[in-house]
Order: sequence, then structure tokens, then C-alpha cells
Amino acid sequence: MPGYTRKATLAVLLAGTVMVAPALGDESAELVIDGETLITRAPAPEHMENMSEIMSGWLFRSSETQAVQMDDFDNPGMLYVDEGLDLWNVVEGEAGESCASCHGDAESMAGVRTQMPHVNENGELWAMEDYINNCRTERMGAEAWGWESNEMLSMTTMISYQSRGMPMDVQIDGEAAPYWEQGREMYYTRTGQLNFSCANCHEDNYGNMLRADHLSQGQINGFPVYRLKWAGVGSIHRRLRGCITDTRAETYGRGSDELTALELYVASRGNGLSVEAPSVRN
Amino acid sequence: MKLTALAAGALMIAAPAIADEVAPGDVVFGEYGVVETSLTGVVGDPAAGRDTFANRRLGNCLACHQNSDLANEQFHGNVGPTLDGVGDRWTEANLRGILVNAKNVFPNTMMPAFYVNEGFVNVREDLAGQTILSAQQVEDVVAYLMTLHD
Ligand code: HEC
Ligand code: HEC
Repeated sequence: MPGYTRKATLAVLLAGTVMVAPALGDESAELVIDGETLITRAPAPEHMENMSEIMSGWLFRSSETQAVQMDDFDNPGMLYVDEGLDLWNVVEGEAGESCASCHGDAESMAGVRTQMPHVNENGELWAMEDYINNCRTERMGAEAWGWESNEMLSMTTMISYQSRGMPMDVQIDGEAAPYWEQGREMYYTRTGQLNFSCANCHEDNYGNMLRADHLSQGQINGFPVYRLKWAGVGSIHRRLRGCITDTRAETYGRGSDELTALELYVASRGNGLSVEAPSVRN
Repeated sequence: MKLTALAAGALMIAAPAIADEVAPGDVVFGEYGVVETSLTGVVGDPAAGRDTFANRRLGNCLACHQNSDLANEQFHGNVGPTLDGVGDRWTEANLRGILVNAKNVFPNTMMPAFYVNEGFVNVREDLAGQTILSAQQVEDVVAYLMTLHD
């Protein structure tokens, strides 16, 4: 009898290795970069009714991908940080200013990522890209950067990197509340011909395999991320657009009000996880 | 008798099946979401069904299901149950019902409805009014599932 059980289990395990092939990473691993341990697991924020623990997407990646993010010399996303630091000091536009002329050192940006997106003085919800472009057009008299341009990606990656290790802490109440509600509604609405909501994949099925993909909780604390598939760094809105398209739905433009509201809600599901930018994904 | 009539029909209209095809809105569901009647009147082809099942742009069933009969295909998902032996567990009418609209059988399931063409939110424009699989593809996949025994 015990022999029979053993055999059955082995068969199941073997079947598992043949058919569910991709190398899964170590979900209990610790993310240590430069001697600093990042928070990759935290109690779920109070507003999340269906989950008790939140987990960084890093935990769901293969050991190889995990290792690349742990070493800044290997992490290709660090090239964007360097590029962003250069751009920080470049004088551009009619006002003859650089970012540095108003803000001083790039380190002054520490903490900014943890609060993005957030509501501006006029009561509008803005993503980091909006704040950057506002400085360019209104303060520098320079041209706005494209949402997915190399310049913008370098700048958002560099600014986010200044918060690496700090816990995400976006505001969801007060003026932010209506945007947050809008994003929450989007998160739980099934869309497209395949009729999936974000929650179907990232709340009900994280840890499971969707064909070759090891489903994570769809957190954005690691963004901007360097993706091997993109052969570069990509924005939060790029990722959100992709996931919506995968449900065979019409998707929204980068920088649209819809995606920014969704970004706020998704960010709030990661409140308490460390900023990891630039993280590495397959 | 029936077969001859069908064959004759097919010959006359050259495009087989379409004439007898049940439109997505006209499918009749029984208790527990079963669909007793073939959607096309044309017997499903298990070999074609196996291809439709695996094809990422058609059934893409392996996205969510393991199936030992397709062990040669890499990467079987585990969002849904394994389909090994599914032909023993369900009748053809049950399986047709699950494929047409799994939500009738498993409320709130993540499994897409493969023969429903309306009621979706923000569906991609070029897919509006379309089902994921054609009626005959559903019949073929049902025939294939009926070959899966433990
Ligand atoms: C059909 C499944 C599916 C749906 C629906 C889906 N996603 Fe994803 N998502 C994935 C897969 C697969 C990945 C890549 C692996 C992973 O991190 O889960 C991913 C990755 C992500 C990531 C990147 C996570 C990281 O750590 O890099 C975010 C953020 C995300 N999804 C958010 C969303 C949001 C928001 C929605 C709804 C608008 C959504 N997803 C809907 C399958 C889905
Ligand atoms: C996105 C996920 C997904 C896809 C794609 C999918 N299924 Fe499913 N399927 C499920 C889930 C989840 C269940 C379990 C029902 C529930 O939700 O409780 C299920 C149940 C079933 C069952 C009943 C199995 C049993 O033993 O009770 C059959 C049969 C089935 N699916 C066939 C298929 C076929 C054939 C395809 C492709 C044409 C397919 N499924 C595609 C998710 C999926």
C-alpha cells in the first residue's frame, strides 16, 4: 500500500516536470542587493479583502532571473539609471534649466516612487511621467518626452531607483479616493472575448501556471522593469496595456486617465513592499 | 438513412454543415448547462479536435489544463483541472455544454466560453460578435475529449 502511494506520487511529480517545465524560482528566497534586504512579502493592506499576504513579482521568477536582479553589475536596468543620471544634469529648453537646477542632487528624489501615482495641485491624478513632463514643458520650456521614450524610461528608472528599498505607500483616500475606486472597478471587471479580470489571474491564480507563465500577483513595486522579452526597460502602462490586450479587449493608451487610475489601484495593492526598480523579469 | 440525407445535403450546398449550424444565441441548454444536440449535425473529428485543443490561437486549452495525451507539447498550465480521463467523467452533452459556455456549469469560472458571441466588456473591435471557436471546432474538440480515458 505505501509502495503504491509512493509510486503514484512519483508519477505525478514526473508528469509535472515534463509538462510544467519552466524552472521555478525559490519562493522563499530573500532579495538582497548590495547588502540590503528588500521587503518582498508583507501583510496585505487593509483594503484588500481577499488576500492576507502580498508578494513581490521577484519571488515568482526563475532562480537565474532572480540572481540577475540581485547583482547591480549584471542588471541591465542599471544602464537606464546611469543614463537617467546624465539626463538629470542636461540643460534643455528655453528656460536654460536642468532637473538639477531646481531639484539639486538626484538623491532628493528618494521617496517619490513610493507615492506614485498621486493627485496634483489641481486635483488630477498624475503618474511620475506626468510630473516629469510637466517640469519639462512648464518649468524648462522643453519638449515633453514620449511615455515610452528612452529618455523617459531612463528618468523614471533613475528616480524610482532613488527609492529602492523603501516601502510603497500610495495614498488612496481623500482626493485620491475616486481615482482609486475607478481603478479598483477596472481590476475586478472581466474584459474581452476571453472574459478575464486582473483578479482572475493575479488574485485567484498567483502561483499557478498559465501555460509557460508562472503567475505572480501582478505587483508594480518593481517598475520600471527590465524585461528580457522587451530587450529593455518598460513602463507600468506598457505592462498594463499588454495584460488587457491578452484578454482580447480594446486597451487604453499610455498616459490615459484609465491606465493611471488602474496604476494607482495596483500600486495600492503593493503598499508595504519595497520599491525594487529596476527589477528584472523574463 | 440519416447519414445519407446529411451527405446529400452536404453535396448540394458544397459548404457542409453551415446550413444546419446552431447560431451561438440559439443554443439550447438543459439542466446543469448540458447541450444535447450537435451544433452542426456533422460528427466531430477527434484528430482535428486535438489540433484545435493545442493550438494557441484556437482552444489554447493547455494554457490552463494538463493533458497527458499531449505530453509532447511543452508547458501545460494548472489553472484548471487535468483533463486526463475526462471522457470517463462526463457525457458528450456535458462536455459540449462546458465548451459552449462553462459559466453555466461552473458559475464564475475563469474558463472562457468558446461558443458565445455577446455580452463581453470592451471586446477587441475586430472580434465583436465572434465566438472563440466555430461550431464545428467545438464539435471536434468534444469528440477529442471523448477519447480521453484513464
Ligand atoms: C490571462 C491572464 C492575465 C490577466 C487577465 C492579467 N494578467 Fe497581468 N500578467 C499575466 C502574466 C502571465 C504575467 C507575467 C508573469 C507574472 O508576473 O504574473 C503578468 C504580469 C503582470 C504584471 C507585472 C508583474 C511583475 O512583477 O513584473 C503586472 C503589473 C500585471 N500583470 C498587472 C495586471 C493587471 C492590472 C491586469 C488587469 C488589467 C492584469 N495583469 C491581467 C497574466 C495576466
Ligand atoms: C483560462 C483558463 C481555462 C481555459 C483556457 C480552458 N479552461 Fe477548461 N476549465 C478551467 C477551469 C478553472 C475549470 C474548472 C471549473 C471551475 O472553475 O470550477 C475548467 C474545467 C474544464 C472541464 C471540466 C473538467 C473536469 O474534470 O471537471 C473541461 C472538460 C474543460 N475545462 C475543457 C476545456 C477545453 C477543451 C478547453 C479549450 C478549448 C478549456 N477547457 C480551456 C479553466 C480553463
